[in-house]
Amino acid sequence: MLLECSGISKRFGGVHAVAEVDLAIAPQQVFGLIGPNGAGKTTLVNLISGHLRVDSGAIRFAGADVTGLAPHTLTARGIARTFQGVRLFKGLTALENVLVGGHARMHSDALRRLWPRGASDRSDRERAVQLLERLGLSRPDALAGGLAYGDQRRLEIARALASDPRLLILDEPAAGMNPAESARLRELMRALVTEGLTIVLIEHDVRLVMGTCERVAVLNFGRKIAEGTPPEIQASPAVREAYLGSEYAA
Amino acid sequence: MAEQLYNAIFVGSIYALFAVGFALVFSVLDILNLAHPVVFMLGAFVALFFMSTFGLPAALAAVAAFAVTGMFGIFLDRVAFAPLRRRGAPPLSAMISSLGFAIVVIRLMELRYGPDLVSYPAGSLPQTVLQIGDARLDGLRLLIIGLAIVLMVGLTYVVRATQLGRDIRALAENPRAARLLGVDVDRAIAATFFISSGLGGVAGALLGFAYNAIYPQMGTPYELKAFTVMVVGGMGSLPGAVLGAYILGIGEIAALVFLPAELAELRDALAFGLLFLVLVIRPRGLLGHRVADRA
Amino acid sequence: MDALADFLRVYQTTVGVIGINALLALSVWLTLYAGQLTLGNAAFMAIGAYGSALLGMRMGVPFPLGLTLGALLAAALALPLGLAVFRLRGVYLAIATIGFGEVLRVVLLTVPFTGKALGLNGIPAITELWHIYLSLAVVAYVLWRVQGSTVGRAWAAIREDEIAAASQGIAIRRYKLAAFVAGAAIAAWAGGLSAHLNFSIEPGDFGFTRAVQILVFAVVGGTPSVAGPIVGATLLTALPEVLRPLKEYRDIFAGLILMGVIIYLPRGLVTLAELRKTRRLQEIGVADVA
Repeated sequence: MLLECSGISKRFGGVHAVAEVDLAIAPQQVFGLIGPNGAGKTTLVNLISGHLRVDSGAIRFAGADVTGLAPHTLTARGIARTFQGVRLFKGLTALENVLVGGHARMHSDALRRLWPRGASDRSDRERAVQLLERLGLSRPDALAGGLAYGDQRRLEIARALASDPRLLILDEPAAGMNPAESARLRELMRALVTEGLTIVLIEHDVRLVMGTCERVAVLNFGRKIAEGTPPEIQASPAVREAYLGSEYAA
Repeated sequence: MAEQLYNAIFVGSIYALFAVGFALVFSVLDILNLAHPVVFMLGAFVALFFMSTFGLPAALAAVAAFAVTGMFGIFLDRVAFAPLRRRGAPPLSAMISSLGFAIVVIRLMELRYGPDLVSYPAGSLPQTVLQIGDARLDGLRLLIIGLAIVLMVGLTYVVRATQLGRDIRALAENPRAARLLGVDVDRAIAATFFISSGLGGVAGALLGFAYNAIYPQMGTPYELKAFTVMVVGGMGSLPGAVLGAYILGIGEIAALVFLPAELAELRDALAFGLLFLVLVIRPRGLLGHRVADRA
Repeated sequence: MDALADFLRVYQTTVGVIGINALLALSVWLTLYAGQLTLGNAAFMAIGAYGSALLGMRMGVPFPLGLTLGALLAAALALPLGLAVFRLRGVYLAIATIGFGEVLRVVLLTVPFTGKALGLNGIPAITELWHIYLSLAVVAYVLWRVQGSTVGRAWAAIREDEIAAASQGIAIRRYKLAAFVAGAAIAAWAGGLSAHLNFSIEPGDFGFTRAVQILVFAVVGGTPSVAGPIVGATLLTALPEVLRPLKEYRDIFAGLILMGVIIYLPRGLVTLAELRKTRRLQEIGVADVA
């Protein structure tokens, strides 16, 4: 297993945002994480990426215990992510965003650069441009804050890929994308998995999840209520109840 | 001893009046208004103007100071903050803008009145001394303490119990939501600045009466003290600012009384040391509710 | 050449002060570039000024060594201070660093060793213009090169979005601390140069007003590039000389310039050049100063 969460919990005040969740994610697959609004998906992602600390439970990544490690350490270990609301470095160019994304992978060149020709980051830049092109972004020098929303989402994925991750967590990457764009996103995810990457996909678009993932876990009120292949999930009574129930409640 | 305590409460009252206005703007708009000391100073000079030009009694001059500096606060907002708000600039830009504004106003006042101490017209300030046991207490200061308390109670009433207060609190909570809920945001902002600056102006006038010596830079030391007051009480909390003000006032006088004379200078270090310690150990202060490390 | 020599003779002090102010502006630029507003650099300047002057006058330590020790002392103090205050952000961070500066100032006022309110007098005038401008050139060059490095990009990322920056593998606190400590050392170095240019120093030289002044140099000049703080310091230091006929009004101009820049050119005067290219204020105003 690449990522194993055992019994992890997180409380905010009296609310169990995530309660006793177990996850085991095998390498080289797209693993879906779905659930109604407020089910605790984003909290779970924040726990895995180190932005929040678990109250109890343990997280293992690539065979090592990583519970309580800081986000930047986890990135260096191979976990990259995007954010639900897109968090780009808006005042930097698209290219600079991707270069920063590679931070964990690069050695500091601050000292070498003190000599006028001491260090060349040309290979880093070329690689960043390639990543941008792969995501269909053709203007490396445009400010990230000025890009269209769909482009911003894809730039965020390019930035996450720049760290050469083993696990990529995508938090609602298709939000605001049109059907053609989300189809291209699906192809990209499948291609990345063939290249060896593992992806955790949090998504509202159930069709995208069912059509892309090998396995899917369903959260409701912070608990995992089901896990299985897409057909199994679609047949699960607990899942139907959670979704229908929440629709009635809404 | 009674005299010292009395002075401590007097100093604390001035700090409190200064700091509640400062804290009000911070809590509602997230702005650290570095022009607040200028408003404080203007209050003292407005009172002087009304007393020497129109022969107004001190009490009425203080009312005039409230009104004029309150209006000036609205002007300050329009000039230094409104353009930044429209652009959605970060709070730190507002801080720098108000600093520029403060420099301009202080210099203009120095050109008009000179940089030195100015006194109120002779005989214009009541002079009574209360004899309680061995202690001789300045009657004017008692009036000032009383007035400060009345003003702070009034402020609490306005913020807690009036429609305007509800609007201001809604604005503090979330400007966008407030606008959607039908709050006249521009009016609430103007009212915030009017109240904040009016209180600052009265504080300046009262301090001027008590010491009978005013000068264009008189607000600056209070600005640094007000940082301590707000941080100790909890940034943006009005009761916190009042509490912090009296703690600092009493602490300073205590340092003056108990420290040996050659270390008396250190009493200012006490204020700033306190500021620093509270920020490092308990950044939300004594009565602060919100997360302290929000940007 | 003669004209230049004459100019330097007449304006020697002003030219020296401009260079020192530019160094100070660069010292605060470091933290501003990483999105952190700190107002402690006047205090670090004081540490460099008092440190190097006392070492030289009382113990006969040679000037370059005194400057270096002053800078090291400031850096050594900045490290634990930074560890304590970088849990804070925004105005809280600014206020905490003001608190530190004021404590130091009051201590200088009280301790006999530093001459109390009178400060130190008769500091030998060792600082030459070339000391100042060599220091400035070295510091500006180093910062310029670092700005384009992985470290500079990490600072910019922290400024833009701290949480996202952590997700890119950037150790936030370490980078903030590095900027702060380096800034402290530069400010102290400038302080040492300034003490040996001015003959005397006193605690009042390093108070809140000075802290704000240093910030203003950097902000007016602009934080996007290393040139900004140098432009700001040069302009605002030379302004009083240029405006000498309008002596009474020059602070008013300084205040108005400060307001005008922060309202209309949020990233500083250096962006005027970009403005001519893009003709769009919004585009260059994307990221405000802090």
